[in-house]
Amino acid sequence: MEDSIPVNQKIEHQELGETGRPWEETVTTSQNPELGLSEALELEQGPETGLQPRSSPPRMPLSGDRTPDRPVDDLLGLRASFPPSSSQELPSTLSPLTLARQDFMAPWQSDKTTSVISEAETPPFGHLEQLSDKGGSTPHQTCQSKENTFQQTKYPLYELRDVSNHTSKQKDLRFDIFQEDDSNSNYHLDQPESGASEVAPSMLEIAIQNTKAYLLKTSSKSGLNLYDHLSEMLTTVLDKRPENAVDIIENISQDVKMEHFSKKLDTLQNENEMLPTYEIAEKQKTLFLQGNLEGADQELEDEIAEHALPNIMESAFYFEQAGVGLGTDETYRIFLALKQLTDTHSIQKCRFWGKILGLEMNYIVAEVEFREGEDEEEVEEEDVPEERDNGDREADEDDEDELPRPFYKAPQAIPKEESRTGANKYVYFVCNEPGRPWVKLPAVTPAQIVIARKIKKFFTGRLDNPIISYPPFPGNESNYLRAQIARISAGTHVSPLGFYHFGEEEGEEEEEIESGRDSFEENPDFEGIQVIDLVESLSNWVHHVQHILPQGRCNWFNPIQKSEEEEEEEDEEKEEKGEEPDDIEQEVGPPLLTPISEDLEIQNISPWTTRLSSNLIPQYAIAVLRSNLWPGAYAFSNGKKFENFYIGWGHKYSPDSYTPPVPPPVYQEYPIGPEIMEMDDPTVEEEQTFRAAQEAVQEENEETEEEEDEEDDYD
Amino acid sequence: MEGRGFGFPWTRFLLATRRALSRAADGMDAESLLLSLELASGSGQGLSPDRRASLLTSLTLVKRDYRFDRVLFWGRILGLVGDYYIAQGVSEDQLAPRKTLYSLNCMEWSLLPPATEEMETQTSVVKGRFMGDPSHEYEHTELQKVNEGEKVFEEEVVVQIKEETRLVSVIDQIDKAVAIIPRGALFKTPFGPISVNRTFEGLSLSEAKKLSSYFHFREPVELKNKTLLEKAELDPSLDFMDSLEHDIPKGSWSVQMERGNALVVLRSLLWPGLTFYHAPRTKNYGYIYVGTGEKNLDLPFML
Repeated sequence: MEDSIPVNQKIEHQELGETGRPWEETVTTSQNPELGLSEALELEQGPETGLQPRSSPPRMPLSGDRTPDRPVDDLLGLRASFPPSSSQELPSTLSPLTLARQDFMAPWQSDKTTSVISEAETPPFGHLEQLSDKGGSTPHQTCQSKENTFQQTKYPLYELRDVSNHTSKQKDLRFDIFQEDDSNSNYHLDQPESGASEVAPSMLEIAIQNTKAYLLKTSSKSGLNLYDHLSEMLTTVLDKRPENAVDIIENISQDVKMEHFSKKLDTLQNENEMLPTYEIAEKQKTLFLQGNLEGADQELEDEIAEHALPNIMESAFYFEQAGVGLGTDETYRIFLALKQLTDTHSIQKCRFWGKILGLEMNYIVAEVEFREGEDEEEVEEEDVPEERDNGDREADEDDEDELPRPFYKAPQAIPKEESRTGANKYVYFVCNEPGRPWVKLPAVTPAQIVIARKIKKFFTGRLDNPIISYPPFPGNESNYLRAQIARISAGTHVSPLGFYHFGEEEGEEEEEIESGRDSFEENPDFEGIQVIDLVESLSNWVHHVQHILPQGRCNWFNPIQKSEEEEEEEDEEKEEKGEEPDDIEQEVGPPLLTPISEDLEIQNISPWTTRLSSNLIPQYAIAVLRSNLWPGAYAFSNGKKFENFYIGWGHKYSPDSYTPPVPPPVYQEYPIGPEIMEMDDPTVEEEQTFRAAQEAVQEENEETEEEEDEEDDYD
Repeated sequence: MEGRGFGFPWTRFLLATRRALSRAADGMDAESLLLSLELASGSGQGLSPDRRASLLTSLTLVKRDYRFDRVLFWGRILGLVGDYYIAQGVSEDQLAPRKTLYSLNCMEWSLLPPATEEMETQTSVVKGRFMGDPSHEYEHTELQKVNEGEKVFEEEVVVQIKEETRLVSVIDQIDKAVAIIPRGALFKTPFGPISVNRTFEGLSLSEAKKLSSYFHFREPVELKNKTLLEKAELDPSLDFMDSLEHDIPKGSWSVQMERGNALVVLRSLLWPGLTFYHAPRTKNYGYIYVGTGEKNLDLPFML
């Protein structure tokens, strides 16, 4: 027995005076049938060494056959799952349980554990005696057969586990079942499989080995493994004998872990999972530091910049009353990011436009108005493709002599609006996250708006992402984003009636533009509107962004006029175009500062919903306006102030699902007319008559010629 | 025995921790409402302060009156006239059908009847926005075959559908389609019921970015159709629900890491308005729906 126990345990035994004694006694006095355990343990280790292969298979039924609800099973299964490999160090093993037990003991190296075993060993014996007294079960008395050895070796184990108050009857019952199980398996193994198991380990055995290997896997974090942990936990449980151990097993586990406070060793590789977190934090740090960096010498400039910077926190507060908006900290970061933007560019006016959600990243959009002097680079960019077009045309003209050129000309490109007018009144900057660099969006062209109306695409969050759509979209995602921003602004930017009025002088200056007055200024005499009125009547809200015509511009551009000025060749095209009523009649939309009560309905749905932010305290509530046409567009007004905000996917609402536009009409072939049809080949008769006619003519000619000649001669 | 020392105070402590742990997880728990709203705020979906305060008050009372184990704030359906605020009561078994309540003013809650398939077919003909009035009736004309003697002819029948019915059906559809939960947050006990996994410590960062670490919060549908090979790698106690990665169409979810990887946000593109958030390595997760209650049928065109 002692061979199988680690050295320190042996010492422990000697130290443990009283508890150790019954043990040793049992070893020596083997007459008592109740003490079969120790005897069996002893005996089996002695003579039957080298029977390991036989001993391992019986573990199968132990772990497999039992019904799971039996409390013993957990422990037994665990023990049974120890592969023979580790037990080879031990001098001998016979029955799976002895094996398991030894195995179980092997990794225990702390002093505590050993004491537990010896302590735990004692009560079983007492119990055993009781049992045999009461039940008088026969197996106890005959300990020669292997089954009995099994029973008895198992019995203490069972007891070990089942400290609680089960009646002995129940135990008897289980006992019998165990017995059956084990005997069956033993017979199996003893006779046909004694040799075979050595050659081909059963599936279960492999599974068991895998399980143990898994349990022994050392955690990379703490350096512990579950196997040791479990054995230590059980040790603690058996040591302390808590009531209802199953309820506090988590805490025990925690305690055991806390005892292991080992130093964390250096690893070669650093964890870089959190890297992006640090990266963005580093970027945002500059936002918070920017005030300090600039110093006090730029106060003058700061004054102007302050003017440009909107008070986002204030409007965010109002939007929060309305139940929209971003979190407080994100809003503040955006605030700082806008400050960074106004500090680095010469911006006259800046506004937080909103946030457009994307698949991978989102866009935070800032609407700015530059001071004088900006945008030059962009104009150049736009000119390049036009020049290319001209080059193509010239090339076409060279070929014209031989073959007819294609008649088809792309419908004349409608020029984009100048910056600071129409849809390009403002410049938009976007960034994915506050702290990341702001990117200026290009100016929008009418073609982009027209196509954008026909498609519905999710934004990805990458500005250079190509837009693949059925009517091909001229540009990438930045252009699409810009077009959607223009559409949303035109549709949903509203202000309380009277806040803006048309500036007299400016209006006269810009009379050249046909749609008339397209500029407005803040009304200094604005006295505010009652919040209740704003909620109850939509006519108290007006659009202050120009309507975008179907053409894609805010101000009408007449394509016909233009074409007359240009080459004559385009006359034909112009005529064709003229047939379309679209282009002859000037497209007219609602003028600026039109009340939103005149907005078109979406299939009997009002395009706007107004609400009071709080019904409980109406006197301090604000009016909240929600667009139903552009879900995500909100406006608030407290009577004096107002703000617009958009947050959403950037798509227009439609009760019907999206239908892709119909394919363009197929071009009709050239009508079959005289210039297409050819004559039949001339027949022989026709040729003969023709020839006859020719000859007759010739004769006449000859005569006349002669006459003439004569006449000439006479002359 | 020295083990006695483990007894009474320990169990009391344990009960307290257990209670605390079961609160922390799942959904928009009434108690964790504020934290959840803060986390989901990136989508712009929030509640005004007065709504928030009244929800906190009234949901507590709802929990008491209906004897729910927990009450979750489910979300808000935006109507033209008014909004529906939706809450759900959860019983012990996490996957059991939940009771749904709605309120227009966040104080008075009414219980909705359980959704049936009949309701779904009935309301599938209704399109457009919610009105915000539960008694509003949608009128729908449909052709019905009428047998009169030998003749069979079609007749126009006006069917009236109550908005309340539609509300029930839409909530049920959303729950079935896009209610999600991180892998490992729930586990299946050997006896069948599914309970909150108290040892769930949040997904790791690399897992949080994958759709396969999120499950549909409903009885599995796809799982039965999987081949043995596919099932081989599944852990029966954890993988007992359908994962998101096989959703049709592919790409019906947008996964984003916000606040520099400190927060993962999943947005459903099929039901725009549903936001799921999870802070990796913490127990904070949940979803909230704020939207019009309409399914995005245009999704294939938009990707």
